[in-house]
Amino acid sequence: MYEKTVLIKDTDLRREDKTRQAYTQFLDHLRQNDQHSRIQVVRVADVGLYDKGLVIKVLPDRITYANVQDRDLERIANSLCENKEAIKDLVYKPKVKQEKLALRNCGKIDPENINEYIACGGYLGLKRAIFELGAEKVIEEVKTGAIRGRGGAGYPTWLKWNFACKVSSEQKFVICNADEGDPGAYMDRSILEGDPHSVLEGLIVAAFAVGASRAYFYVRAEYPLAVERIEKAIKAAYDYGLLGKNILGSSFCLDAEIRLGAGAFVCGEETALISSIEGRRGTPHPRPPYPSIKGLWGKPTVINNVETLANIPQLISKGGKWFAQIGTETSKGTKVFAVTGKVKNSGLVEIAMGATLREIVVDLCGGTLSGGPIKAIQTGGPSGGVIPQELLDTPVDYENLQKLGSIMGSGGMIVMDEDDCMVDIPKFYLGFCVDESCGKCAPCRIGGFQMLNYLKKITEGRGELNDLIHLKRISYAMQKASLCGLGQTASNPVLSTLKYFENEYIEHIVNKRCPAGKCNHLITYKVIEDKCKRCGLCSTNCPVNAISGDKEKGYSIIQEKCIKCGRCFEVCKFKAIYKK
Amino acid sequence: MKESKLSVKIDGKSYQVEPGLAILDACRNVGIDIPTLCYLKGLSKEAACSICLVEVTGAKALMRSCVTPINNGMEIYTNTERVRNARRINLELLLAGHPKECLSCDRSETCELRKIAFDMGIREVRFPKTSKTEFPIDKTSVSIIRDPNKCILCGRCVSVCSSIQSVQAIDFSGRGKASKVTTFFDQGLASSVCVNCGQCLLVCPTGALTEQNETEEVWKALFDPDKFVVVEVAPAVRAAIGEEFAMPAGSLVTAKLAQALRKLGFSKVFDTQFSADLTIMEEGYELISRIKNKGVLPMITSCSPGWIKFAEHFFPGILPHISTCKSPQQMFGAIAKTYYAKKYNIDPRKIIVVSIMPCTAKKFEAKRPEMKDAFKYWQKDLNLKKEDEFYDVDYVLTTREAARMIREAGINFSNLNGEDFDEPLGISTGAAVIFGATGGVMEAAIRTVHEVLTGKELEKLEFNALRGLDGIKVCEVDIQGLKLKVAVANGLSNARKLLKDVGDNKSPYAFIEIMTCPGGCLGGGGQPFSADGEAKPKRMETIYQEDRNKPLRKSHQNPAVNALYKEFLDKPLGEKSHHLLHTHYSRRQEPL
Repeated sequence: MYEKTVLIKDTDLRREDKTRQAYTQFLDHLRQNDQHSRIQVVRVADVGLYDKGLVIKVLPDRITYANVQDRDLERIANSLCENKEAIKDLVYKPKVKQEKLALRNCGKIDPENINEYIACGGYLGLKRAIFELGAEKVIEEVKTGAIRGRGGAGYPTWLKWNFACKVSSEQKFVICNADEGDPGAYMDRSILEGDPHSVLEGLIVAAFAVGASRAYFYVRAEYPLAVERIEKAIKAAYDYGLLGKNILGSSFCLDAEIRLGAGAFVCGEETALISSIEGRRGTPHPRPPYPSIKGLWGKPTVINNVETLANIPQLISKGGKWFAQIGTETSKGTKVFAVTGKVKNSGLVEIAMGATLREIVVDLCGGTLSGGPIKAIQTGGPSGGVIPQELLDTPVDYENLQKLGSIMGSGGMIVMDEDDCMVDIPKFYLGFCVDESCGKCAPCRIGGFQMLNYLKKITEGRGELNDLIHLKRISYAMQKASLCGLGQTASNPVLSTLKYFENEYIEHIVNKRCPAGKCNHLITYKVIEDKCKRCGLCSTNCPVNAISGDKEKGYSIIQEKCIKCGRCFEVCKFKAIYKK
Repeated sequence: MKESKLSVKIDGKSYQVEPGLAILDACRNVGIDIPTLCYLKGLSKEAACSICLVEVTGAKALMRSCVTPINNGMEIYTNTERVRNARRINLELLLAGHPKECLSCDRSETCELRKIAFDMGIREVRFPKTSKTEFPIDKTSVSIIRDPNKCILCGRCVSVCSSIQSVQAIDFSGRGKASKVTTFFDQGLASSVCVNCGQCLLVCPTGALTEQNETEEVWKALFDPDKFVVVEVAPAVRAAIGEEFAMPAGSLVTAKLAQALRKLGFSKVFDTQFSADLTIMEEGYELISRIKNKGVLPMITSCSPGWIKFAEHFFPGILPHISTCKSPQQMFGAIAKTYYAKKYNIDPRKIIVVSIMPCTAKKFEAKRPEMKDAFKYWQKDLNLKKEDEFYDVDYVLTTREAARMIREAGINFSNLNGEDFDEPLGISTGAAVIFGATGGVMEAAIRTVHEVLTGKELEKLEFNALRGLDGIKVCEVDIQGLKLKVAVANGLSNARKLLKDVGDNKSPYAFIEIMTCPGGCLGGGGQPFSADGEAKPKRMETIYQEDRNKPLRKSHQNPAVNALYKEFLDKPLGEKSHHLLHTHYSRRQEPL
């Protein structure tokens, strides 16, 4: 058994050898001081920091040293050997600090071992709920904590619980909505795979609060590991008396089971999810009646998102007041974001509500991959909107994002740089919604398809200015008249880009030009004769033989044949291909 | 405790409305119409079309008035700029995906989509056509054609098929713009459990569901000098066809109809009511025989072909309970091509029997392979070969198709003076008329069975417990101490309720009448698309009025039927009856 573990990683990606070198050096120091049997040194693939030179983490003290120079290695090793305190001037002080509530155990405990979860304070929330608080006070506590739904709409969780609690019914249900489907989002997956018990505990507390006797996990089948871990968690919970009859010796009984989603995005919508569990076609239904009053099999049903539930155990064990300290006036707690796209360090970030977009994307994730300026950030997935770089200092909470024409959504965050076209991006998202529309109501089914056609028309250089009016008209009908959230929000990416990047649309329509050089129909590739060294690489690589010429005469691109794949542009070593 | 009324404000005016209503119904109750393409009171609440939008103060989105319940103090606006804009864009979107074939569409006059578009002043669809890929048209069924391209996915047909008929032959499949209403594994209606009742077609707001049109074949036969074309008209047709000529619902047009058909060129204009009387003779004696000989009871009527197919699919175990009598349509065809042909010395091969029915399932029934008994009857005598084979009934027209032919021929229907049906197959009693309403077959049968068993005249002919539009009606009849419990069901979901007991041998009834369509034949899938929501009770009243007007009101009094027995059939359930008037049923394979 080691007393301490030292994690070593050089965070500059191109210097893997450096890690190895530092590792050997460090181990040698320990050996010299005969401490290597007490302190373990591990080379790791990731320490959660990027571009911070050599990083050394000491566990369990959770001391992080960044940008460690060779000369400092010895100081650190010595301080460890002599059990001294951390070397203050070397300790890494992040500009912005993540705050992990939902992800608190992820990567720290064995998710398949309930004992590890319990050792970290697990199921204390449930204990407090049952033996100290009772149903009504649990809801009171959640109200004090003011947590809002993390699935998208940000509806106050306590309200949902309260509605369901107040309805008298011989049976009630709670459902964990784990049908995560936004492109590029994997917050829920990580929580379920990394800490399934936190979600299960949250679900049990919810069931206790509303008086439900059956709980469902609605998980998409494309998350096999998550499904496996929930299965194991449920089994362990039954074995430990945390599920089943007379939970923890109380009179509260609850059964839990998993239902697999077949991959339809719309089944993440509450009423469609209910239909799906009932074995019917997964289409949304009009509300009211709301599921909290009349849901699964016509009984009161509370549906909460994975991340919401993962927050509940701590909220209950540490109290609503504690939880309400974190975050902003209207949005309490933390939010997990999946930052992807043209960002240097993509991954999950959990941060207190109220952090600015810049802090998340630039300070925590290192800005764009190319190092160039950020053009915009898409939040909230396909239902969200694009936020331009001049608004990056907006503190993130439910209300602010909505004001900007986007939404918090489930926490997807996609970073875009100058190479991203602001007509192409909404086309992608809208295409997603059109594919995933259930087809039930006319505005979404036909409206989305029509809008997509207008966007295609514009990106293909056939656009007319009138199309922008049509886009806005259809958006209006979709927002006002669609049956569910999918249709009501599907036009957000279009509307927000029209709001902030209308010029780019007009550039496509009037000048038939794509400023980002993304829309194939609007780009031309040409050989710049002055720069061309006549190596012939472009011609060899052209998949459609559209580059004619030879080493004597030089090369030129036959525009009629060119499919604008960009291969020549990529392979040319002399930047002799011009793209406009 | 009765809930008190709710006070609401609609378009600025205060109203007191019943609790539990949707906004749309509340508005209609106070005289404000809200257009919709999917909502049907008591049936469909799909909330799919997004036309019935209204503005509710305090709500962010526009509300679908068809599914939003009224709350106390609600402030509703049905005609604002926002509402109008959203409704119009939605309608334009629907029209963008709809084929512009109105001129040649079966529903051009009765299409709800076209009417709403016209009323809302849509004169231009600004969006390009939605779908480039066309769905194939399902023409597999002999009764119903489905054109998914004209479908606006309102879901009414799906609701009626599952909730009213409990058949579930069709449902939604695919998603997004590939969504469509289809049959099991896209196999086509013919291989589905569809019973051809045509209720889907009655509720369809567009031309996506229509009957198989047989008017062309009938015209061809009428113009063929070599053919002897006779027509039979079902009871329920005369109570409804007037609506096709802008007459009010419930207009009784028996004589006008007979005259119009004669003008169309039919050689003889006969009446299915003749064979309805004949059916009662056969079925009545079958019931008596089953009771006396301790046969399988309860006996269930067999005149509704949708119900027969339903039983063959879903309740094969109870097939022995169903009367072996053919339906009046089929009895007519068999008699016309045997007895009548013989009596008037007409080559049966030249007789074309056209029937006019309130029904789409009758088209299917006429084409059942076993319905060729007249051919079998003549096979030996005339030395008929396989290629000479003919059906007992050649063509079946719905009420709507018949009306179309009358219009096409330029006959001014409503101004006709009226004529009688031809003899002998046009003679009928009041008992036959009431076949057109739910409970009628039962009532007609009791009138005859009672007198046959007791030998005494029945004093009161009306059985009010068996009348009306309730889904299930029961009654106990006392025939000289013999207490007969009888039940009547209309709409197959109601039938299902009675059949469970029959299957478990627990049914308390001796005789059950089942009609496929709600209301019986008067609400059949071949009837006019009525603008009058209250058409059914009016048609029903007309039918009972016709019964009262008839001098003879019991089937066994029909002189033509008696002559038929005397000259040809000998006696009910006799040898010839067995071959010509009775049939058999068999279990249908579940598809796949």
